[in-house]
Amino acid sequence: MASIVAVIASTHHPFYYRASTSTGEDRPPFADEWTRKILAFRETLTRANPDVLVMVGSDHFHQLWLDNMPQFLVGKAPFYDANWYNEEREFGLPRMLLKGQEDLSAHILRAGLDDGFDLAFSNELRIDHSITCPIITLRPEADLPIVPIYTNIFAPPLPQPSRFVKLGESIRRIVESWPSHLRVAVIGTGHLSLELGGPRQFGPHGPDPEFDRRAVEWIATGDLDNCLREVTLDSLHSPGNATHGFMDFMLMMGVAGAGAKADYVDTLDLFHTMEAYFTWYPSSSSGGSL
Amino acid sequence: MSKYLLNKFLYTVDRDPDLVERYRATPAELVTWWEDSRANMVLNCLTGEASTWLRFTDEERTALIAHDHVKLFELGAHPFLTLTLFIAMFERDNTEPLEYQKAYGARMAHFNLPYPDIAT
Repeated sequence: MASIVAVIASTHHPFYYRASTSTGEDRPPFADEWTRKILAFRETLTRANPDVLVMVGSDHFHQLWLDNMPQFLVGKAPFYDANWYNEEREFGLPRMLLKGQEDLSAHILRAGLDDGFDLAFSNELRIDHSITCPIITLRPEADLPIVPIYTNIFAPPLPQPSRFVKLGESIRRIVESWPSHLRVAVIGTGHLSLELGGPRQFGPHGPDPEFDRRAVEWIATGDLDNCLREVTLDSLHSPGNATHGFMDFMLMMGVAGAGAKADYVDTLDLFHTMEAYFTWYPSSSSGGSL
Repeated sequence: MSKYLLNKFLYTVDRDPDLVERYRATPAELVTWWEDSRANMVLNCLTGEASTWLRFTDEERTALIAHDHVKLFELGAHPFLTLTLFIAMFERDNTEPLEYQKAYGARMAHFNLPYPDIAT
């Protein structure tokens, strides 16, 4: 069976690409520290030596739209073109092309449906920065085949937080039951507290540093009990109006497993939002702990 | 009240560079044209299978023509869509980094939780 060699959860900051590649007067003062942290984070994936990446993210009204909105969607295609005109325009993101791993997509869809998740699928999916940002930070060669999994954290009504956790737990079992010798890393991106298009946006820190502190603690210690006790669809409005993206971190806590302490934890306090990076090496893998 | 249609306007204009420029330069013309010719398009249908029932309220149309992002927030338009399109139109006028984004937030300082419902 396949092995999960790393579980990685991260924020997906679309400004990283431009900040890290800019020079001279255009280079922001925080770019050097940010780049150092990303290179250290990247090493946590590189050392796991994965063959395939399962990538959990959320479409930002690019291909998925309100006339036909899935809650959870799995890409099943041989290739995925990536990034969109408005992401080039606002963030300077490059166009990319990623290979797909269709056998694993088919396995996740079949087993997910049989495990109680009525997963939508797409045979032609152009992915956006929720998946390309972690490719840029963690695997800039973009040379490994992927299975994209999109969640709806954006267009209410949303699934409950507990549903994200359960899907993560299911993905863990499903990948580990894939009849393959390949080494799989599961990578998911979300947000800590975040405000977009509201009065608290673009402040000197994230809109709710106290939420961020508690959230990092929940993730780093695998504390799903307290996280699920405190986080509800209603409560997530309070830290910032885009904070429902935190549910993708909860999904990744489900993949890592209740009580699983992260082997690698790092954060970076930026304007607008806090960056956070977590890596787990499942005990059955050869990744070892840091 | 048609939050869906407001979002459809923001979504379809934001993804078309020509429409972004027309909305910036001549908002009344663009909004009128869009409501007449695009509001009822089903997005993946090209041969006339359009909807028949979608139109803005006067309040919505006025807010769009006035580039009134504060009113759009109050009406429950999706904040991500509004912000993305308005940055596309107006960030270019910045004299310092994030000037437009910060002013955009400051104009909304009177909103307290709970914010207007964005469910469609």
